[in-house]
Amino acid sequence: MTREKVLEVKDLKKHFSAGKDKVIKAVDGITFDIYKGETFGLVGESGSGKSTAGRTIIRLYDATSGEVKFNGEDVHGRKSRDQLRKFNRKMQMIFQDPHSSLNPRMTVLDIIAEGIDVHKLAKNDAERKKRVEELLEVVGLNKEHATRFPHEFSGGQRQRIGIARALAVEPEFIIADEPISALDVSIQAQVVNLLKRLQRDRGLTYLFIAHDLSMVKYISDRIGVMYMGHLVELADSDELYENPVHPYTKSLLSAIPLPDPRYERERVRIAYDPTAHDTSEEPEFREIRPNHWVRCTSKEFEQYKKELEKK
Amino acid sequence: MSKLLEVKDLKVSFDTYNGEVQAVRGVSFDLDKGETLAIVGESGSGKSVTSMALMKLLAGQGFIKEGQVLLEGVDLVKKSEKEMQKIRGKDISMVFQDPMTSLNPTMKIGNQIMEGLIKHQNMNRENAKKRAIELLNQVGIPQPEVRMNQYPHQFSGGMRQRVVIAIALACNPKVLIADEPTTALDVTIQAQILELMKEIQKEVDSAIIFITHDLGVVANVADKVAVMYAGKIIEMGTVDDIFYNPKHPYTWGLLGSMPTPDSTDEELYAIPGTPPNMLKPPVGDAFAPRNEFALEIDTVMEPPMFKVSDTHYAATWLLHPDAPNIEPPETVKQRMQGFANTGRKDGDK
Repeated sequence: MTREKVLEVKDLKKHFSAGKDKVIKAVDGITFDIYKGETFGLVGESGSGKSTAGRTIIRLYDATSGEVKFNGEDVHGRKSRDQLRKFNRKMQMIFQDPHSSLNPRMTVLDIIAEGIDVHKLAKNDAERKKRVEELLEVVGLNKEHATRFPHEFSGGQRQRIGIARALAVEPEFIIADEPISALDVSIQAQVVNLLKRLQRDRGLTYLFIAHDLSMVKYISDRIGVMYMGHLVELADSDELYENPVHPYTKSLLSAIPLPDPRYERERVRIAYDPTAHDTSEEPEFREIRPNHWVRCTSKEFEQYKKELEKK
Repeated sequence: MSKLLEVKDLKVSFDTYNGEVQAVRGVSFDLDKGETLAIVGESGSGKSVTSMALMKLLAGQGFIKEGQVLLEGVDLVKKSEKEMQKIRGKDISMVFQDPMTSLNPTMKIGNQIMEGLIKHQNMNRENAKKRAIELLNQVGIPQPEVRMNQYPHQFSGGMRQRVVIAIALACNPKVLIADEPTTALDVTIQAQILELMKEIQKEVDSAIIFITHDLGVVANVADKVAVMYAGKIIEMGTVDDIFYNPKHPYTWGLLGSMPTPDSTDEELYAIPGTPPNMLKPPVGDAFAPRNEFALEIDTVMEPPMFKVSDTHYAATWLLHPDAPNIEPPETVKQRMQGFANTGRKDGDK
């Protein structure tokens, strides 16, 4: 089966210097592809580098090394303004905090139309306004909202404005960095349903970054688990949940509280001990089953494989 | 036998420029020793305000309008601020949501724990220090002697929350109020903190009021659950009542909006709209405008608490004998059934 790759990330690294000789390796060599029309979930704890990865992919940060290819073109290479503009239009981002990601001094109309202006997608003011009103409709707000300011909206509504802004330039690929973690449960479901509907209607591809595993499992086709700047496991979401291989993934899965008291009473939490790994060689990303990748040494690889076969 | 804590018809309002905001509109519940009550609801439902009112920690414009808070039969509402200071931290203590801001950044951890011990239990510094080290040990902080002399910024989020818990537990409180204690933490750390709280509860036998919006956490910690909406408890029951036999459409919505590992491609059951403005609480059932099962009477008259069983109550007209028989939405029903089959396939993870 050959699926069209939208994004190819190869050995991407992003290091930050933290004074003197200290270097923080926020993202330390991750490799994955995202296919057209799918949702790729990236999970991990705070500090695992998942947000940095997202921001580096969209070039909010310059990569330390490695490669990001979008539709076959290098994202991080030197680019003319024109090329950059073209690229920016194809890839958009939805941010975590709906309170700080919208300019409080701009009306909703101007916030959403900013991309339209930059890319000159509207011929005149009337068309610009019409496009914004359409977008508001798409995300479940109404056109009377266009003249208001962000503070007049609730968190869920603001996140909808953020989504409308991202959609304004008709992107193919959207990076959603914890788009629902700041929202109430009942509102989370509304926003997730909206994202799913938009994906269906517009053929969008998502990179969905979150720490809420049950939501990620629900929305994603494939999931990558990050730990300390590395991708430790990558698989189809069902496969990852049913047959987690890496001890960190197992520990993460065992820690999710489920809304089911009987299950919770019996739940056994697995603790992760990062020192228990085989250190005889540098771990590598290996394919343990078709499309199921794990970061491990060759010795661990054999061991994991046996465990999988036993199941 | 009287209960440890009884809250009777508590009403809390805030004075604002626009008028009186009725944040809590008549909340009643009780709590026994060693019991954990979880209060769930969206932001603005009044769950945090309720807990603040129990401690009489309402900010400037807030006031308790009506009601009683009986701690072992003594009404806290009538206590003066000075008397309350003797009760806070000793009989009732609190763990706040954000461990980053609830510790004093300029004070050593040790002194922050010892503060309450010296004030409430008249300990001298030496004994207080011993007890503080003991407490740090109890909450699982390694090398307590060294950690005592460190400042909050030298601790990680999870470790800070452990310190906050140690402070709250210092005087063996009768009631511990935990307001979203794990919301700011990662899932793995959250699991550790929840386990810790349960262990400690067993040891000191205090009652816990756990405020959260995460139903997974509720399922993990609670004995009893109160679901709040628009300043009222709209459903109350044991944790099994609420999760396996919910009666209120709002509870259905909350449960339905959370995906489980078994949910597949179908849409999540989302509650439409947003919570009401408490400046002008709606007439009738506050949830009616968002409720697809709303009956005509919902817009006119507020439903009373109907009794489902001895432990289970819900405020919805759907429970009235004359109400049409309405089944919960399909996704919620499936979920309830799925849960009822114990021995889930992923139970061995």
